[in-house]
Amino acid sequence: MDFASAQVIGAGLAAIGVGAAAIGVGHVFGSFLESAIRNPAAADGQQGRLFIGFAAAELLGLIAFAVAMIILYAR
Amino acid sequence: MAAEQATIDPMHQFQIDSLFGSPLDGSPFAFTNSALWMLIVLGTIYVFMLGGMKRELVPGRWQVAVEGVTGFVTSMLSTNVGPEGKRYVPWVFTIFMFILVANLMGMMPFGVIPGVHAFTVTSQFTVTGVMAIISFGIVLAVGFWKHGFHFFSLFVPANTPFVLKLLIVPIEFISFMVRPFSLALRLFVAMIAGHILVKVFGSFIVGGLNAEGMMGPAISLLSFVFIVGVSALELLVCAIQAYVFALLTSLYINDAVNLH
Repeated sequence: MDFASAQVIGAGLAAIGVGAAAIGVGHVFGSFLESAIRNPAAADGQQGRLFIGFAAAELLGLIAFAVAMIILYAR
Repeated sequence: MAAEQATIDPMHQFQIDSLFGSPLDGSPFAFTNSALWMLIVLGTIYVFMLGGMKRELVPGRWQVAVEGVTGFVTSMLSTNVGPEGKRYVPWVFTIFMFILVANLMGMMPFGVIPGVHAFTVTSQFTVTGVMAIISFGIVLAVGFWKHGFHFFSLFVPANTPFVLKLLIVPIEFISFMVRPFSLALRLFVAMIAGHILVKVFGSFIVGGLNAEGMMGPAISLLSFVFIVGVSALELLVCAIQAYVFALLTSLYINDAVNLH
């Protein structure tokens, strides 16, 4: 296998992490909605925590994207 | 620009070009497109703030908008840091406004004017990195100023067994030192990813229109509909990233002010 095709396959494999982060972000917002509907009065006070959880889950997907880009454009 | 090429380079939009003056010509300074767009962002914020700082008793629409942003940042700091948070409003407000306006400026369709290329300032790791390092520096300075060497107790949760401490202290230390990187990386990669996505699907529109047969225009139309949706999502991401950067900065300041 030559370098260019290995690069493309590696970048594709690294992009799997983005999908995993999508599961994580969906879980964060899904759980928030689930509990916010049960107790709407307490929901607004937890929005800061919601976005902290979102940021933590999203970061890993963005790192996967960065890794894919580094692999794809490595010389 | 790149429409006549067979493939469109989605990374070209992040290239920094010198507009005038270059170290290669012997000039010590280079005025780049990044610097130009930073000035534009600065001017936009200046005009926005100027219009709302008339301090009228009955605020007009503009003043309500400005007061909404300042009140938002102030309440974020007072809920996360407590009564001492008011001192850090200037810095958090600065980064919040700069990131928000820079992100939105990058999304604006200035490209329809020939010769004008919108540049997203926050898509450069140097820019976001400097902002993250200043935030981290404020945390360190405030922490050591207020607590002295007691600041290191941040890494040691109270009432932990000794064996667990051996494990937890290195983990806490690493997670503390990684903060500036994660802060900068999150913003810059989110901006880069969104712009690449839009550019790639934009190239599908051009390629579909140039293709022969019935499938080309259909793909163009689908890509166009997709791009409209993605642009709306990107506007949301612009605001969320600015909010998250400011929120995490205020949380880190809370660590430094109150320990935990």
